[in-house]
Amino acid sequence: MSEFLQQLLNGISMGAIYALIALGYTMVYGVLRFINFAHSDVFMVGSFAAFHVAPRLGSGAVAGGMAILCVAMAASALLGMAIEKLAYKPLRGRSTLTVLITAIGVSLLLQNVGQKVFGAEPKAFPAIFPSRTFHLGTVVVNSTQLVTIATTLLLLAALHVVVHHTRVGIAMRAVSFNATAASLVGINNDRIISFTFALGSALAGAGGVLYALNYPSIDPLMGTLPGLKAFVAAVLGGIGNLAGAALGGLVIGLVETFVSGTRLSTYRDAIAFGILIAILLFRPAGLLGRDRVEKV
Amino acid sequence: MKSPAPAHRRHFIALVAAGLVLAGCKPSDDAGKPGAASTGAIVVGEFASLHGSEAAFGQSSHKGTELAFDVIRSNGGLLGREVRLITEDNQSKAGESATIAKKFVSRDHVVAVLGEVASGRSLEAAPICQAAGIPMISPSSTNPKVTEVGDHVFRVCFTDPFQGKLLADFAWKSLKVRRVAILADTASAYSVGLADFFRQPFVAAGGTVVTEVKYASRDKDFKAQLTAIKAAAPDGLCVPGYYTEVGLIVKQARELGLTVPIFGGDGWEAPQLIEIAGSEALKNTFYSTHFSPAQDNPAVKAFVAAFKSKFNEVPDAMAALGYDSAMALAEAIKKAGSTDPAKVTAALAATDFVGVTGRTKLDAQRNATKPAVIITVENGGFKFLQTVEP
Repeated sequence: MSEFLQQLLNGISMGAIYALIALGYTMVYGVLRFINFAHSDVFMVGSFAAFHVAPRLGSGAVAGGMAILCVAMAASALLGMAIEKLAYKPLRGRSTLTVLITAIGVSLLLQNVGQKVFGAEPKAFPAIFPSRTFHLGTVVVNSTQLVTIATTLLLLAALHVVVHHTRVGIAMRAVSFNATAASLVGINNDRIISFTFALGSALAGAGGVLYALNYPSIDPLMGTLPGLKAFVAAVLGGIGNLAGAALGGLVIGLVETFVSGTRLSTYRDAIAFGILIAILLFRPAGLLGRDRVEKV
Repeated sequence: MKSPAPAHRRHFIALVAAGLVLAGCKPSDDAGKPGAASTGAIVVGEFASLHGSEAAFGQSSHKGTELAFDVIRSNGGLLGREVRLITEDNQSKAGESATIAKKFVSRDHVVAVLGEVASGRSLEAAPICQAAGIPMISPSSTNPKVTEVGDHVFRVCFTDPFQGKLLADFAWKSLKVRRVAILADTASAYSVGLADFFRQPFVAAGGTVVTEVKYASRDKDFKAQLTAIKAAAPDGLCVPGYYTEVGLIVKQARELGLTVPIFGGDGWEAPQLIEIAGSEALKNTFYSTHFSPAQDNPAVKAFVAAFKSKFNEVPDAMAALGYDSAMALAEAIKKAGSTDPAKVTAALAATDFVGVTGRTKLDAQRNATKPAVIITVENGGFKFLQTVEP
């Protein structure tokens, strides 16, 4: 029983990070209908931004940790907006395939520039929040896991408020629902798309910091695998659906953790992706997605 | 991963064989083949993981090899000829080493190939060197399969059956471990092999393996596996992996309250291990390796001093073996009195010299039998515990 609870906790903290990254995929898909493959590398840049400002902002205290997290999110948001401006905006109106291939190109560019700028060796990430371990019966709770879960919940709540209770959020949903109609009623689509990228990238940056906090070895190729898992999470939950992305992240995190804890640990990824295939067979739009008629 | 390789390899071997036949038609002292020529520089190829996840291994090993070449040059080269070392980086990636070995053989016409630390990557290059008839010396790949590739592949370090046995003995006698858990890397030939060679003698001594779980290289999250291990209540944990993952495993194990001794093999040896895990988490951890700069031995002291003055750092086992691999090759070329690959191979097979990692005498399987050392982490640094004779 205590092993089950421990794995549950491990799985939720892993899933929380996947959820943060998955939101970025799903938001961009919502407004532009393509998968931003460079998203996983924005995640990587977020953790490196934190790595480089940490010595200056003083790590090890809660206030310093929060400041580092905010800087990393801001840096990621700027990077996300820059990518959209330079790489995707000139291709607006072109076929989705063109944009998709550009996204893969941007991803490779970031990875290789990252190896040049940050160095290809894994670096040890500092403990930017004070670390403590609590024993609840036989379950060991690490403060890093609590920080991860709490930060994710906070960011999810903030995102909910932005999307559902602000003008810019309403505009985002309008663009997502029908871009042409949105521009007819006076919404500046370009600004909204740029804002969406900033929001999604900031979440990825936060995910990057939390990931590095839990697994303190970072390198420029670190985004690939969590990025892929988060993409699966977004599809699993129903791409374009925010709650779905969060749920998908949680499901993938839990499945992975529970499989890793058994003798089937070698098949962890195979089982996670197998579940994706099974769900898509029965619910092609994902867990919370709604079937949409493709407009021609 | 394994199934497609033979087909590719067969094609490649055929190509190389065809190339050799063509090359054989020419006079043997061809000016286009500087390596095999009797004049000009003697060219040696080295492949190493200078970047990527096992960069610490490649960097260390390469520095040792460089130092050896400095010594060889200062002694007037070999056979009165200049020596040249060509180093190529495989970035710790699978597939690169094979490409590099092909380049060494077909473009650089090297006399011999030196490399690598990771057994998986040595296994990529070995068949190519074997097919081309070029001797290859691995400084520190411990998996037995490496030299099983063929009679042109050598190593100057001990093998995993010995390392696994000594780890089992150490765990059983010194750490008093009776119920062990094993956490191995399925993606690494070294890790899977060492786990097997540890398990057999440990079980034979009367120990129990309570659980055995796997991870894959480049994983970052081990909490799930470690929680399962904790639930199995072992009194020792064997992690035969490489330092990048081991650092994270030790850290996460301690976070989960798993305080039992954790131990592994020579894959642990890198300063990054302490950087990633932190010295607090590394208390009560042990690993076996080939060499310690703290050994009380004049050859070791002279090597450490020379290494320090060139690189301003203390050499580790990979550096010492990188040095010995180049020295073993130099000895063989001197003994052969020629750079003809067949003669060098024959001379290498009879290698028996005293290097910085002890006496290196190769057996019929082209493996060395050597003493090992056990290291622990104390006060943020590696500490030499004991030497284990074979």
